[in-house]
Amino acid sequence: MNQSLSINDLHVSVDGTEIIKGLTLDIPKGEVHAIMGPNGSGKSTLAKVLAGNEEYEITGGSVLMDGQDLLGMEIDERSRAGLFLAFQYPHEIPGVSNANFLRAALQARLPKGEEIDAVAFYKQMYARMDELEMDRKFTGRSVNEGFSGGEKKRNEILQMMMLEPTYAILDETDSGLDIDALRIVSQGVNAMRSPERGFLVITHYQRLLDYIVPDKVHVMFDGRIIRSGDKELALELEEKGYDWVKEELAA
Amino acid sequence: MPHDNATLEAVSIDQSEGNFSFPEAYSFDAGYGLSETVIDYISDAKQEAEWVRDFRKRALKIFLDKPMPTHWASKDLENIKFDEIRYYLAKGQRPTRSWDEVPDDVKQTFERLGIPEKERKFLAGVEAQFDSEAAYSNVKEELEKQGVIFVNSTEGLREHPELFRKWFGKVIPTGDNKFSALNSAVFSGGSFIYVPPGVKVGHPLQAYFRINAENFGQFERTLIIVDEGAEVTYMEGCTAPKFETATLHSAVVELVAMKDAKIQYITVQNWSNNVFNLVTKRGLAHENAEIRWIDCNIGSRLTMKYPGVIMKGRKARGEVISIALANDGQHQDTGAKMIHAADETTSNVVSKSISVGKGRSTYRGQVHIPKHLKGCKNNTECDALLINSQSRTDTYPAITVRGNQHATQHEASVSQVSEDQIFYMQQRGLSEAEAMSLSVNGFVNDLVREFPMEYSVELKRLIDLEMEGSVG
Repeated sequence: MNQSLSINDLHVSVDGTEIIKGLTLDIPKGEVHAIMGPNGSGKSTLAKVLAGNEEYEITGGSVLMDGQDLLGMEIDERSRAGLFLAFQYPHEIPGVSNANFLRAALQARLPKGEEIDAVAFYKQMYARMDELEMDRKFTGRSVNEGFSGGEKKRNEILQMMMLEPTYAILDETDSGLDIDALRIVSQGVNAMRSPERGFLVITHYQRLLDYIVPDKVHVMFDGRIIRSGDKELALELEEKGYDWVKEELAA
Repeated sequence: MPHDNATLEAVSIDQSEGNFSFPEAYSFDAGYGLSETVIDYISDAKQEAEWVRDFRKRALKIFLDKPMPTHWASKDLENIKFDEIRYYLAKGQRPTRSWDEVPDDVKQTFERLGIPEKERKFLAGVEAQFDSEAAYSNVKEELEKQGVIFVNSTEGLREHPELFRKWFGKVIPTGDNKFSALNSAVFSGGSFIYVPPGVKVGHPLQAYFRINAENFGQFERTLIIVDEGAEVTYMEGCTAPKFETATLHSAVVELVAMKDAKIQYITVQNWSNNVFNLVTKRGLAHENAEIRWIDCNIGSRLTMKYPGVIMKGRKARGEVISIALANDGQHQDTGAKMIHAADETTSNVVSKSISVGKGRSTYRGQVHIPKHLKGCKNNTECDALLINSQSRTDTYPAITVRGNQHATQHEASVSQVSEDQIFYMQQRGLSEAEAMSLSVNGFVNDLVREFPMEYSVELKRLIDLEMEGSVG
């Protein structure tokens, strides 16, 4: 069985407009792939489609996660099967504490009738929060409510660390982070790197990739991957700007 | 072990927890419809004093004369068929103090609803009413020694007429509304509680109201008198099976808190959705007394209930905390009445409603502070949550504040669980129903904390069950 998140000739439309136009990408376990691209190239759409957002219509192609047909699964099934999306704009859940939310998410992964071990849960959560330099008071606060941009992003990484996904998609996790927060969040991600886990890091800027060094870099433009390379490609992009790839493409 | 199977079954088929009934076997049945004859039948069955019989007959006249309040309330009231209801059904037994002596079908009913277990765990006393009369009634011995009275209203009238009569119908006069008049005519069951001066009842007293028979009306009458400096928490739970025809539940509850007394009255109702639940509840708070209504309304076809507090003594405090959940085919018309009648009185109303599917919730609040008073305060907050676009919520606050030496505050909000929020939660592995439940529980979370622990757990479970069938 193919141990990868494998996207093949994916076509996606919203309200009749095609946004992803035949995208092919293979992320093997153990690797970190970065997608860069200008605004409007379809990066965030790709992230939401992989997670199962129903606003988008899939008009062609396939996505296999370790050989399983991802597109045939419900949103929550995908999550429980090991797919995680760190949101660009994490939602608030008024009245539901961070700890209870995490607990419910972990509980949803257990067979019916089995209860999670509360003591072990808190111990693990506190350890992860320490790594992310998050204050303990965040356990009792409502999910993302009144959090600053940086606190929300840290919270996303905390959830990722607790849920231990097989494939994690980080959608512009660096946006809105100051340099300290960027360092901490990146440390968290790096600590999660493992031969058993694949990452898709979506970003607009090269800066994040100084901290989370990718195995592969892809440039996305107008709904397709137009160029792939190693981490040097990101530096080249930074130097020459997106117009460079656009011009190359036009030529 | 058939009994254990039944228990297991009751636990695992939560969705229809209250949805079972036993065949009818009544010694007393007043028959269908309402008339003086029916009232005589009830009075005879209960062997009541003449003044009670007269009280009932006067009430019947008032009921018949009063129009339905359809000029402001739901037209659905017109669908109540008063002629097709039986007003009194009883087995002719006095309530026992031991579950062993309770008739089998009744005992099994309450066992399936978990009442004896709760009693063992955390209650100071229990009264269990089956249709018109209490089947079981017991209060811990040490409370009895302190002079605490906890009996059903039939027994209260018979054994303690001097206490009963002094306050009976004084907080809620017969003619307060059409349904308080109906209750006054045919009332049966409900609790009578008296707590002597200075006695603080540590654990809650619990009453459980169960409708078993079809085409039946339950009209319990509760009167709670808490004397100077005394305290009590009373909890009531209600269920009924799902019948083909509509059932009527119309209670009257009067509370009297003397100087420095505290009463906390907690309701968790989970009626099946063919019950018309039309209840009048009001408390009278004397100097520095406190009355809190904590009310959770789940189920029923139409609930109309506006618990109130009349703050009659200086520094009296009144509070209504309510949660209402209206699902498909249900209308929760709830609210609060705060009548300030002395200086420096304080009232607080916090109401949260959830409308699911085609469910409808309405908040009606009345706050009255007259001109001649000083230093009164009211805070009113009502928040509504809509689960989808077909649900509906309305808010009708009426705050009458005269004079300029008072502080009032009113906040209202309507919010909706967004698809994005559900998507976010599902992405973490929760099913759509689990995500909905968690969102709804989050919305009412700060109020659920006001319920005793055992009840907040039950409440959370009831909300989960309501949400389970509401998505898809």
